[in-house]
Amino acid sequence: MMEMTILSGKGGTGKTSITAALSGLVQSAVLCDNDVDAADLHLILHPDIIEEHAFASGWKAEIDTSKCKRCGICQSHCRFDAIHTNAAEKLVINPFQCEGCRLCERICPEQAIRSEQYTNNYWYVSNTRFGTLVHAKMGPGEENSGKLVTQVRKKAKEIALANQKEWIINDGPPGIGCAAIASLTGTDLALIVIEPSKSSLHDADRLIKLIESFKIPVFALINKFDLNLELSQSIANYLKTKNIPLVAKIPFDKAMVHAMINKQTIVEYQPNSNISKEIKKLWHKIQLSTHTIDLHPTI
Amino acid sequence: MPYKIAIASGKGGTGKTSVSVSLQHFIRKQFTNQVQLVDCDVEEPNDILFFPNATKKNSKIITQRVPKIDKNQCNFCKKCADYCEFNAISIIPSIKMAKVNSSLCHSCGACLVACEQSAIKETEQPIGLINFYHEKNHINLIEGELKIGSAMQTLVIKEVKKQASKQSQIILYDAPPGTSCPVVETISDVDFIILVSEPTPFGLHDLKLMVELLNELQKPYCVIINKAGIGNRDIYTYLKQEQIEILGEIPFDQEYATNYANGSLLKTIPQKISKEFEIITDKLIKRVYA
Repeated sequence: MMEMTILSGKGGTGKTSITAALSGLVQSAVLCDNDVDAADLHLILHPDIIEEHAFASGWKAEIDTSKCKRCGICQSHCRFDAIHTNAAEKLVINPFQCEGCRLCERICPEQAIRSEQYTNNYWYVSNTRFGTLVHAKMGPGEENSGKLVTQVRKKAKEIALANQKEWIINDGPPGIGCAAIASLTGTDLALIVIEPSKSSLHDADRLIKLIESFKIPVFALINKFDLNLELSQSIANYLKTKNIPLVAKIPFDKAMVHAMINKQTIVEYQPNSNISKEIKKLWHKIQLSTHTIDLHPTI
Repeated sequence: MPYKIAIASGKGGTGKTSVSVSLQHFIRKQFTNQVQLVDCDVEEPNDILFFPNATKKNSKIITQRVPKIDKNQCNFCKKCADYCEFNAISIIPSIKMAKVNSSLCHSCGACLVACEQSAIKETEQPIGLINFYHEKNHINLIEGELKIGSAMQTLVIKEVKKQASKQSQIILYDAPPGTSCPVVETISDVDFIILVSEPTPFGLHDLKLMVELLNELQKPYCVIINKAGIGNRDIYTYLKQEQIEILGEIPFDQEYATNYANGSLLKTIPQKISKEFEIITDKLIKRVYA
């Protein structure tokens, strides 16, 4: 089994549209939406949810103002500036600033502070026309998106192993922070979606530097390449210096947005379009290349 | 006190950076020089790409405090590991192991309080940079840059925000994508939020997530529809139904998109785009001084 994660650094380069298209092409796969912050893959795959699980992201502390003597010990120890005096001169904790470290709860001499686990996040196992999808919905403003990414990936792996699937396809989050790190840790290969803009190349470069520390194979594609041929060439040159295979150059076409509006992948919406042909070729190339990569070398 | 505005979106790539950079440009042109841009998308800071004449004035290293356990003092009681809610400390008494995994540490200081042997001290570990850029003697851009490999983006955002000038009349925060803690940190103290969306199903879905978050935080906001003309009309129906103000619409324009791609957004602005930004800026300034 191989696990592939689709990432970009910059948001909005087309990760989800590409992931959706690949989902329809991979014969034997479990699909997994790692962009738990702003998950969109389900808008194309319209899943039938078969399992729903609450996910505890961490703790939030609360002060019982009837017990609090306002000594301020909690406030001086809180490194997240989460404890404030409200209009009624009571000490209160802003749940959005509370990191959930529970230090205030432990040091309060009046035992006036209690923490509760927040379970405002959910993750799901669903059926789709392309196979099983593991996905999640975070509560607004929640912390620990990295932990939730790790959870959905763990479940996807279990399902893939139990059903002898050949692939796990992860739709990754933007950025290079905790969610991206959680999405990359332990995956077998990364596919990077770059668009011909200076921002996208800058962001892809930071992402590639992060991936280098994971020492996993990387493939790249340029989406909407014909919008700026000069920058597409710079990206191709850059990838060459990094020894990263450029597996596709996908042209710009409004059909990509129309497919999204129709809740279809581009390959379903326009199977014979240049975009669809290019995506099919790219999938073929990745399959060919991965047969040559020995993931478990015998010593 | 400066008036603080965050530019956020939920979905990435809707045009937060273009709107932030352009707004600063038009506010300066139409209203005041005292407008500072703070790039809070610390994982992928891009604002600087649109200031070809800016130079870096200086940089400041941002560090995270990470505990270090002195094994000569430690009695392996495990209290620090019990206090650590983030599983960053492993203690194995039988082999006298006391280890901190710094990538899991949230720098809360609980372990220091826990330790009765005074065996824990904190060391500073770099997690990013704050870069100050100036152009014509104005510091008009402050950028947070997360160190590659660090997962402490929220702390970097907190630190970069502290550096914005109190003398500014207006501060613009270019927010990261998503709806989780880095976004909450960015918008926590702002007066107003501009949500940038695009008229596509993904744009609308993620806009709804942001609206849900802002309603919960009880923050005032409005929407700029970027790339108007692509996609469909669903976003307009939604905004009308929810009675959310549309501050303006930026039409999809090939020339503007090309300028964005090249980093020359502010060099030549297509007339229909600049007209739209002038109207948006006027509306915004009225709100600032309401």
